[in-house]
Amino acid sequence: MAKETTKEILLSPVFTNNPIALQVLGICSALAVTSKMDKALTMALAVTVVTGFSNLSVSLVRKFIPSSIRIIVQMTIIASLVIIVDQFLKAYAFNISKELSVFVGLIITNCIVMGRAEAYAMKHEPGMSFLDGIGNGLGYSLILLIVAFFRELFGFGTLFGITILPLYDAVKDSGWYTTNGLMVLPPSAFFIIGIIIWVLRTFRPDQVETEG
Amino acid sequence: MADYVNIALKAVFSENLALAFFLGMCTFLAVSKNVKTALGLGAAVIAVMAITIPANNLIYQHLLKKGQLAWISSDLADMDLTFLGLIIYIGVIAAIVQILEMALDRYFPPLYTALGIFLPLITVNCAILGGSLFMVERDYNFTQSCVYGVFAGVGWALAIVALAGVREKLKYSDVPDGLKGLGITFITAGLMALAFMSFGGML
Repeated sequence: MAKETTKEILLSPVFTNNPIALQVLGICSALAVTSKMDKALTMALAVTVVTGFSNLSVSLVRKFIPSSIRIIVQMTIIASLVIIVDQFLKAYAFNISKELSVFVGLIITNCIVMGRAEAYAMKHEPGMSFLDGIGNGLGYSLILLIVAFFRELFGFGTLFGITILPLYDAVKDSGWYTTNGLMVLPPSAFFIIGIIIWVLRTFRPDQVETEG
Repeated sequence: MADYVNIALKAVFSENLALAFFLGMCTFLAVSKNVKTALGLGAAVIAVMAITIPANNLIYQHLLKKGQLAWISSDLADMDLTFLGLIIYIGVIAAIVQILEMALDRYFPPLYTALGIFLPLITVNCAILGGSLFMVERDYNFTQSCVYGVFAGVGWALAIVALAGVREKLKYSDVPDGLKGLGITFITAGLMALAFMSFGGML
């Protein structure tokens, strides 16, 4: 692993080894918070921060954790970080934190955080682990923002609350766009991620699964 | 009584944890390849949820909620410990899963071997923690939380068994290469979620 450059560690999870699209980790929250760009961005930042710092802390104490209780130690570290993020959001972005409701808390059980702590941070130096965490957080953010982009644009005709496609209004006879109700509903996230996976795998045929 | 029926129906159909809130997706997609394993996991989730949600409810209502520590001393009368919730709920879940595993091993060995591999997985299943968090957010009392615990589990189990059924049949269909496996599973789950939404009108 010593040959991997810093840049590779940071960027490979974003493009070539994306945690959501290719490793299928952490999709729970990815689907539920993507109806608006601002929600998705907040969630993406929160997850990136938690993954980065949990990797850093787990890596710092990795030599002192007895392997039989490592899961619970990792969980405690992650849960403490998530509490900090949750309190921070409640203090500075109360409205968004209300909308995200339980999903900030659910970062604890987000498989990306646990998965990276277990698979990478337990075996590597703190600096590298931190970068790996941030990289995976960014990979997650990328998919989250792509899904949110389509859902908000077609569902509400806006991006970050700013009108991009003017809505059709029969009374004022202005605008031309009629919102697509399906995009507002949660199932659309499934379709969009399914299609993203399809596109990714068309360009990278080595990722195709042989048995269905 | 109508209240409890309402909570139960909502938890199973219109607010299904897997299909309306996307909780427990990692295991939902990974362990739904055949009906038999899906049934095993579903049963384990029902059992764990039915115990952890009421347990966390007791802790929340009697220790963490604002003013609940007044019995120790009057200084603590407006102590609000809800911020500790997350770490406590996950601790309780991990501990209960561990105890359940040991108890099953000792008293019901056949059930233990059947559920074996799935029990430890459940600790990191978002549906379980999500159930507890929804219980807190909606401020259920103890009886309500018992009903919610059981039926949220049933809802999740129903969803995973249904998906596994569909995936078993999918083996025989001709899916485009890029969509094979994960891609088509996402789309199937999306269609199932749409179907479940129609239950929303009942309540």
